[in-house]
Amino acid sequence: MPTRTINPFANSPPAITSALDAMNEKEPVRRSSFSKVNNRFSQLFSTSPKSKASEAAALQAALVAQQHVLLNSPSPQGVNSSTLSLPTICLSTATGEKSPMEPQTLFQPPSPAEARRLAKSHAEFGPLGSQSHRYTSQADETIAFADPVEDEPPYYFLITTYISYLILIVFGHVRDFFGKRFRQKHYAHLKENDGYAPLNSDFDNFYTRRLKMRLNDCFSRPVTGVPGRFITLLDRTSKDGNNTFTLTGMTTETLNMSSYNYLGFAQSVGPCADSAELSVKKHGISLVSPRADAGNSDLAVEVEDLIAKFVGKPASMVFSMGFVTNATAFPALVGKGCLMISDELNHASIRFGARLSGSAIRMFKHNDTKDLEKLLREVISQGQPRTHRPWKKILVAVEGLYSMEGTMVNLPAIIELKKKYKFHLFVDEAHSIGALGPNGRGVCDYFGVDPSNVDILMGTLTKSFGANGGYIAAEKHIIDKLRVSNAAMLFAESPTPPILVQIASSLKMITGDLCPGQGEERLQRLAFNSRYLRLGLKRLGFIVYGHDDSPIIPVMLYNPAKMPAFSHEMLKRKISVVVVGYPATPLVSSRARFCVSAAHTKDDLDRMLAACDEVGDLLQLKFSSGVAGGAEPLVGEDEVLEKGGEREKGSEMQLVASPPRWRLEEVLKRGVEDVKVPLR
Amino acid sequence: MDIQDLQNRALSLLDDANAQFHRMPGSAILMRYIKSSYQNDPVRSAVELFLVIFFLRYILASSYSTQKQTHVPLSEEEIDELVDDWTPEPLVMKPTAFEDLENEKRPIIVGPTGPKSKLSNGRTVTNLASYNFYNFIGNETLKEKAIQTLRTYGVGPCGPPGFYGTQDVHMKTEADVAAHLGTAACIVYAQSFSTITSVIPSFSKRGDIIVADKAVNYAIRKGIQISRSMVRWYEHNDMEDLQRVLEKVTKEQAKKPLTRRFIITEGLFENVGDCVDLPKIVELKLKHKFRLILDETWSYGVLGRTGRGVTELQNVDSTEVDMIIGSLSGPLCAAGGFCASTAEVVEHQRISSASYTYSAALPAMLATTASETISLLQETPEIMVQLRENIKAMRAQLDPRSDWVKCTSAVENPVMLLVLKPEVVASKGFSSQDQESLFQDVVDECIANGVLITRLRSMPPAVGAGPRDQGWQPQPALKVCVTTGLSRKETEKAGIVIRHAITKIITRRK
Ligand SMILES: Cc1ncc(COP(=O)(O)O)c(C=O)c1O
Repeated sequence: MPTRTINPFANSPPAITSALDAMNEKEPVRRSSFSKVNNRFSQLFSTSPKSKASEAAALQAALVAQQHVLLNSPSPQGVNSSTLSLPTICLSTATGEKSPMEPQTLFQPPSPAEARRLAKSHAEFGPLGSQSHRYTSQADETIAFADPVEDEPPYYFLITTYISYLILIVFGHVRDFFGKRFRQKHYAHLKENDGYAPLNSDFDNFYTRRLKMRLNDCFSRPVTGVPGRFITLLDRTSKDGNNTFTLTGMTTETLNMSSYNYLGFAQSVGPCADSAELSVKKHGISLVSPRADAGNSDLAVEVEDLIAKFVGKPASMVFSMGFVTNATAFPALVGKGCLMISDELNHASIRFGARLSGSAIRMFKHNDTKDLEKLLREVISQGQPRTHRPWKKILVAVEGLYSMEGTMVNLPAIIELKKKYKFHLFVDEAHSIGALGPNGRGVCDYFGVDPSNVDILMGTLTKSFGANGGYIAAEKHIIDKLRVSNAAMLFAESPTPPILVQIASSLKMITGDLCPGQGEERLQRLAFNSRYLRLGLKRLGFIVYGHDDSPIIPVMLYNPAKMPAFSHEMLKRKISVVVVGYPATPLVSSRARFCVSAAHTKDDLDRMLAACDEVGDLLQLKFSSGVAGGAEPLVGEDEVLEKGGEREKGSEMQLVASPPRWRLEEVLKRGVEDVKVPLR
Repeated sequence: MDIQDLQNRALSLLDDANAQFHRMPGSAILMRYIKSSYQNDPVRSAVELFLVIFFLRYILASSYSTQKQTHVPLSEEEIDELVDDWTPEPLVMKPTAFEDLENEKRPIIVGPTGPKSKLSNGRTVTNLASYNFYNFIGNETLKEKAIQTLRTYGVGPCGPPGFYGTQDVHMKTEADVAAHLGTAACIVYAQSFSTITSVIPSFSKRGDIIVADKAVNYAIRKGIQISRSMVRWYEHNDMEDLQRVLEKVTKEQAKKPLTRRFIITEGLFENVGDCVDLPKIVELKLKHKFRLILDETWSYGVLGRTGRGVTELQNVDSTEVDMIIGSLSGPLCAAGGFCASTAEVVEHQRISSASYTYSAALPAMLATTASETISLLQETPEIMVQLRENIKAMRAQLDPRSDWVKCTSAVENPVMLLVLKPEVVASKGFSSQDQESLFQDVVDECIANGVLITRLRSMPPAVGAGPRDQGWQPQPALKVCVTTGLSRKETEKAGIVIRHAITKIITRRK
C-alpha cells in the first residue's frame, strides 16, 4: 500500500458547498434588526445571487465540485495524480442522485458526497504522492553548521534598484508638491487642522502613500475558507489606485505558498477539527476570564503539560497570542540594570517586549556569533554605561528560524558562548517549532542539543499547529514565578477551548499519540518539500536565501517594481505568494517569500517551479551566480561533494563560472533523488 | 617597490576599472553625458561633482554614537578576567510565600465554564469570577454556528492579516462592530489585552503629549510607556484636575510646534470599577483640542440599552470619541479586541500597529461568534435589564450591608469591586499587602462555601524597579462578576455567602 489518505474519518460531515454559502445561510434571519450599514456590508459577503430552488443549489454544488477538480489540477503540464477526482463524478453530482450501483467490481467509484468530501479534504491537505517524497529534517553532524552562502545579483540589478527607488521618491515628491497645492482635500489629513496636529506625520506617511500604495493590492488580500494547501481569495478591484478596494463577488482558488501552515494542520476536516468540534460542544467557545482568575481550565493545564514534554522542558505556560507572549515575557524577566542582547533581525514582538521591559538593549549582526562574542566581551567588561556597575543579568534573545530570511540560528555556537559568558538564553521558536527537527521539536531537536541548555524556549501555536497563541517553556521555578508576575497571565484572556484542543490534538499527532504515523509523515513531507522547492529554485537560477532545511524560502527580487509584478504573475497562475520589501527588509533586497507546507504534494511544488520558471524568465529573476548552489552535476566529483566538508570551497571554485540555469524538465526529473544528499 | 612599479600597478588598475566601467550597461550614456556637459559648461560640472562628493561624504559619515564616551580601554586578558568574575543574577527571583500560595490555590475549572462550574477538586461552585455576564457560553445556537465556521475555515488563520490572514469573517465582524457603535470603521485585533497597548504607540510618538487618568489599567500604561510620549496624569475621574492639567499643557506648549495631544481614559475602570464622565471629557477635549482615546474594554457590551458602552449610556455621539477600543472576549464570549474610529485611523493601524501587523489574525470561529453575540445584544436588550436586576440584587447584599467593605464600581457595572472601607483600613492599620492576603483568604473561604470569586490583581512591578519607581497601584479589592446565568435568588444567596466570608475572615484577623 504505497499511498493512503490522511484522513481516516470517512463519515461525511454536513456537506457545506462553499464557505460563502454557509455565511449566507444565517443572514436573512438577522438582517431585520441590523442597520443599513450592516446590510450593505452583508452584501459584500454574498458572492452570487441567492438561489432558492434546490435544483439550483445542487447545480451550484456541482459547479463547485467541478471547479475544485479543475483547480486541483496539480501541475500545469497536466501530469496527473491521485489528487484528481474522476471527472465522471462531477457529472453524477449534477444529477444529484445517489449512486444506485451495487458493489460488483473491485474498483468502486466514490459516491458524489464522498467525492466532494475527498476533494475538500485534499484541497486542505494533499495526499502523499510517493513514499520517496519524505525526508528527515536534521542537522548534518559531519559538517559544522555554517551560515548559508548569500549570492548577489549582477550590479546592474542593484543599480537599477536604487534608481527605481530614486525615481519613486522623486515622483512621489513631485506628486506631493502639486497635490498639496491643487488637491488640498487629499492632503488635509497630513496638515494641521483646526488646532489639531495631523495624526500621521507627512514624513512617515510618505513611504505608505507613495511607495506602498502602489503594491497595496498584493497585501491583505481577503480570503475565505481554510488556509490549507489551497487558499481561496476573494477577488477585488480598485478604481482609485489601490486606495480602496471593492470585492467583485468572485473567488479564486490558489495554491497557498503563503500561510505559515507548516505541518498542514489548517484543516476543517480530520482528527484535529473533529476534536475541536467536540470541545466546542463540551467546553463551550470561550473561557471569558484571564488565567489568573477563572480561565484556568483543565484543558489549558493539559496543553501546558503536553507542550512542556514536547519541547523537553519541565514546565510551560500558554497564552492566547504569540505576540503578547513575547511582549509580556521580557518585562517579567529583565528590567533596570539588566541588558538584553537581541539579533538585529528579531521579530517586532521581541523588540516590543524588550522596549517594555526597560532594560538596556544592544543588537548584534544577524546570526553572527563572532559579532555577538565581541559585543559580549565589551558589555561584560564595561558594565553598565556611566556607572560601570556590572550588569545584573544579560539575556540574549534569538529566533530559531527567521521568518524573512529563512535562516536558522546557529544554536550550538551560541550555547558554546553561553557556557563561557554566562548569559541567559531565550529562543523564539515561532517558526521553528514543528517545522524543524526529526521530531518537529524545533531547533534543539534539529541540532541534537539538550533543551536544558536554553533557558527559555518560546514559541507560537499559530503556525505549525494551526491554532492560535503562544507558549513559554522553562524550568519549573521560572514558570512558577512567571505565573504570578507575567501580565498576560494576570490580565489577558485565556486561550479558548477549541484552540487549546486544536493545539493538543495536533501536538499528539506530531508525537504519534494520535493517528500514529501521520505526524511523522507530515514532518517528513515538510522537510522533503522544503528542500525540493529550494533546490529546484536554485537550479532554475534564482537567488534563494536561508538554510536548506528551512521551510521559509525567500526568493530575491531586488527591483521594487518586481514585487507587484511577481505577485500578479503568480496570481495569474493561481498561486498566492507573499512579497515583502522595505521596511520589512533592507531597501534593496525586496523578495518573495514562499512558505512550504506538509500539505503540498510534489506536484504542487512542480507546478510552483514551473510557474517560477516562466515568471523568472519574464521578469529577469534568474541571476544567481552559482556560489550558493544549484550547479550542474559535474562528472567525477560526486564523492568530493558528498563529503560535506569540501562542499563550500569546492563549489565556490568550480561553480562561479557556471551560473545554474537548468531546464525545468531536468529540475523536475532529478529533484527527488538530489534532495536527499547535501544540497549544492 | 619602486615608483615605476607603483605607477604600472596604478595604470593597470585604472585600465581594469575602465574596462569594467565600459562593460556596465549605461556607461556609454554616462560618458557621453559627462563629456558633453563638460564641454558646454564646466561650472555646471564642477557643481555636480561637488554635489556627488557631498553625497558620498554624507553616506559614508559614521553615525556618531553617544555610548563610546565612557568607554574604558581594556586588554584582552583583563576582559577575560572580568568575564570570569562576572556572576549574573538568576533569571527570575525566588517567588515569595504569598506567590507560592497563589500558584497552589489557583482554581482549575474542569469541563465547561458557566454559572455553575466544576473545579478540579470535584466540587461544583457558583462561578462569579468569569466575565460571563449574559451566559452566552451556554448558548447552543452560538456553539452550532461556531462549529459551522470551524468546518468551513478550520481553526487558525495561519498568518497575519497582511499576508492572507484577513478572512471575510473578520471583515464582517469589523463591519458589525462599526455598525453597532455607529463609527465609520473598525479594526479587529486577535487579542483584547494587547489592543490598546498597540494602538497608543501607533499614533502617539516621541514628543507627543498624553494626558491620562491616574487609574488606567496596565495595558494602557504599557502603551503609553512604549509610545515614549510625554505623559501628564490627572487625578482619577477628577474633571477639575483634568481641566487644570489640560490648561497647563496648553500653556506650556503654546510656543512650541504643535504636536499630537491625546486624552486617554477608560469607560469603566478596570482597577476601580467606576464610570467615566464622558460628556465632560468630550467638552474639555474639544475645547483644548485634544484627541480622546477611550478604552471601553470593560464597558462595551455592558453599558447602554444595547450594550454600545459609555457613549450610549451617556448619550454621546460615538464619533465624538476619536478612538474607541473594546473587547470581544469578555461579555461577548468570543476573543479579540477592536478599535473603532474613522477609516483613516483604522487603515493607519493596519500597517503600523504592531500587534495587528505582526501577529496572526483572530481564528474565524471566534470572529463569527463575536458577530453573533453583537447581534444578540441588539436583538435582546432584555438580557441587559436582567443583568442589571442581578447587579442590584448582589449589591444589596454587599454594599450597604457589609460593615467592612464598600463597592467602588458603578451601579451598572457587573464587575463589582469591593474594597475595605477607609475606616476599617485605618483602624486596623492594614497595609496593601495585608489587604491582599486578607482578600485571598476571603476568596478561599468563598470557594470553600461554593462560590467562586476572585480578587483584583495588582499591576506587576517592573523587574529591578525600586520602591521609588512604583507607580500608582489600585487598592486591593475583591472582584465579583454578576451573571444572568443565575437567578435573582441564587445571586442573592451567593451575595450572602460572600458577605459572611468577609465578616468571618476580618473578624478572625483581630
Ligand atoms: C518570531 C515570531 N515571534 C512571535 C510571533 C507572533 O506570533 P503570533 O502570530 O502568534 O502573535 C511571530 C509571528 O509572526 C514571529 O514570527
